[in-house]
Amino acid sequence: MQEKKVPLRIDGKDYECDAGITILDACVKAGIHIPTLCYLEGLSQEAACSICLVEVKGAKTLLRSCVTPVGKGMEIFTNTPRVRNARRLNLELLLAGHPKDCLVCDRNESCELRKLAFDMGIRDIRFPKTQESELPSDNTSVSLSRDPNKCILCGRCVSVCSAVQSVKAIDFSGRGKASKVTTFFDQGLANSVCVNCGQCLLVCPTGAITERSSIARVWEALADPRKFVVVEVAPAVRAAMGEEFGMPAGTLVTAKIAQALRKLGFDKVFDTQFSADLTIMEEGHELIQRIKNNGKLPLITSCSPGWIKFAEHFYPEILGNISSCKSPQQMFGAVAKTYYARKYNIDPRNMVVVSVMPCTAKKFEALRPEMMSAFDYWKDELGLAEPEAFYDVDYVLTTREAARLIKEGGIDFLNLEGEDFDEPLGISTGAAVIFGSTGGVMEAALRTAYEVLTGRQLEKLDFMNLRGLDGIKTAEVDIDGLKLKVAVANSLGKARPLLEEVKRGSSPYVFIEIMTCPGGCIGGAGQPIPTDEETRTKRMEAIYREDKNKTLRKSHENPAVQALYKEFLGAPLSEKSHHLLHTSYKKKETVF
Amino acid sequence: MEHKQLNPELINLVQQWKGKEGNLIMILHEIQNHHGYVPRELSLELSKMLDVPLARIYEVITFYNFFKLNPPGKHRIALCMGTACYLRGAGVILEEVKNILGIREGQTTKDGLFHLDVVRCLGCCGLAPVMMIDNKVYGKVKKSEIADILSKYIKEE
Repeated sequence: MQEKKVPLRIDGKDYECDAGITILDACVKAGIHIPTLCYLEGLSQEAACSICLVEVKGAKTLLRSCVTPVGKGMEIFTNTPRVRNARRLNLELLLAGHPKDCLVCDRNESCELRKLAFDMGIRDIRFPKTQESELPSDNTSVSLSRDPNKCILCGRCVSVCSAVQSVKAIDFSGRGKASKVTTFFDQGLANSVCVNCGQCLLVCPTGAITERSSIARVWEALADPRKFVVVEVAPAVRAAMGEEFGMPAGTLVTAKIAQALRKLGFDKVFDTQFSADLTIMEEGHELIQRIKNNGKLPLITSCSPGWIKFAEHFYPEILGNISSCKSPQQMFGAVAKTYYARKYNIDPRNMVVVSVMPCTAKKFEALRPEMMSAFDYWKDELGLAEPEAFYDVDYVLTTREAARLIKEGGIDFLNLEGEDFDEPLGISTGAAVIFGSTGGVMEAALRTAYEVLTGRQLEKLDFMNLRGLDGIKTAEVDIDGLKLKVAVANSLGKARPLLEEVKRGSSPYVFIEIMTCPGGCIGGAGQPIPTDEETRTKRMEAIYREDKNKTLRKSHENPAVQALYKEFLGAPLSEKSHHLLHTSYKKKETVF
Repeated sequence: MEHKQLNPELINLVQQWKGKEGNLIMILHEIQNHHGYVPRELSLELSKMLDVPLARIYEVITFYNFFKLNPPGKHRIALCMGTACYLRGAGVILEEVKNILGIREGQTTKDGLFHLDVVRCLGCCGLAPVMMIDNKVYGKVKKSEIADILSKYIKEE
């Protein structure tokens, strides 16, 4: 069927475009650039900023191209004095109320507002400041900080929280000059249903939403000679960090990261992929056990801390379906401060575990009160009192923060030759790499479950229909006649229909993977900005490339994980495993 | 603090409006009329019953001047800052009221006795500057009279 086309004229040239699309889309297709600020492809059409104005012959006023559909024979002008003046005026009015501390702003280089002001040639702001007094920042959350003074009320964060994540923790409040984006009764993100996913941060065009930084604490630990500081790096970080140094999206910088962190003075540079393999051992066996013993199914993955908090708020009825496995970040901390500390005779009290994560919710996860398994493990042996309690993971850095640490440390990242991670907690398989992408945990689990269940080698390792950026992916896996239906969802909004089925008891699946962020961890809120469709796709390709290049591609083949079981844990789901590597979930109220 | 709950009438109303467009505003109106403000606990209940996010309810309550977040004061002071009153020194009167009561416009005193609103024109410009407390009009008020006027209401307690 042929789509209906309409003729129109843009800047004196004739075009034909699909009926029903917006003027902005038509201009983009025609290769004509229109500046936008509040607009976000496929998501936000708040039409709040009035930057994308165009002139249309016969129309009384200038029109916002992002919300105005094209009409037959429309004559559009995108670059007249009237258009330029109006756009500039609107931007100047926005800038009048905006702080001018760009030099020391977190979003310095990635700020869309700053770039737009420069590109539109604004060198002077004719209007006085619109807000008389500073509004307080919301620092209640351990993951995210909101500074309303830098907010331009574009509404992107509200849209993403509602339309993509279906969390709806924030919305506008007040009106006119008193308008702001906030939580219920201004109680702050920590006292709301916010799951700390930080997708709002990724879409914010300014520095109004930032992560709560741990950089200073990490420098402090590195400078303390009594501390044994180890670092773990999550899979998705290696496919993205290069972007912070100007490399194209999708460049793998695994070895450079390891070397850079070593140069910064970390005593050991380890890999979260080691504990991702460990997660598969535990979770894979949990799945097998639930299938064999008629346990609660479907089993749902538990690696993504945004999803966990989401479940605790919105789906308390199905918490029993979620795997009791801790996430790889937390498994790593628990193993480092017990197994590794004992093996290499390090006092766990002097050990500092830093993680580098593509994620803001990981900061919240690390500080959950139940994440102190190593302390519980040592308590009696070392005679530790409660005030001496320590977390399994001390500090969480986002990909962006780690890049800043490297820059502050004066390391010439681009010219590093690259080094390996340290042994033994730096050894990993391809199955662990793909944790970084939506569908990866599922694929990794299936690679192991198949071989454990059948005792035979899996011929075809690549589960192609579990890959890609589709919101929901499903597959049926045949394990010796045992047909397992599985599903994968990325973004919480997309997960909802699957969860509703589980709640009703009508889910046809035995195993469901849920990742909080679009694309999985490669699209996490700790990742370089911009994180959009294009960067997500390229990072994902890099992840699967890295998997392909690994000699070992199945978690149960990881020799360091095998040694950990042999020397310390015993077997998957052993008592010690349960104590160190598993956790439980509790219903959370919507307001505290 | 007394725990506010939805009364059966309001529960009925919620049931009646559930799932219908514009229901939130309708129900909030009833709550505002009944309590004189929208108590926080009722927002929590409404959010669950209507499946409307709390942040959304807060948006609506704070957008419309009609809805209040806090209980109203026992006596409402409406101080006119319309053109005539303004020219005749309403600004000085406003400052005096604010000083004596220790609140700003739009606020309620801690003891809940007075609520202060600034309004535009009460329709008796000949009496400027004008102040109203509840339904009583005070015309041609002077700064020196304010303390006496307010103390009458305090003594009533």
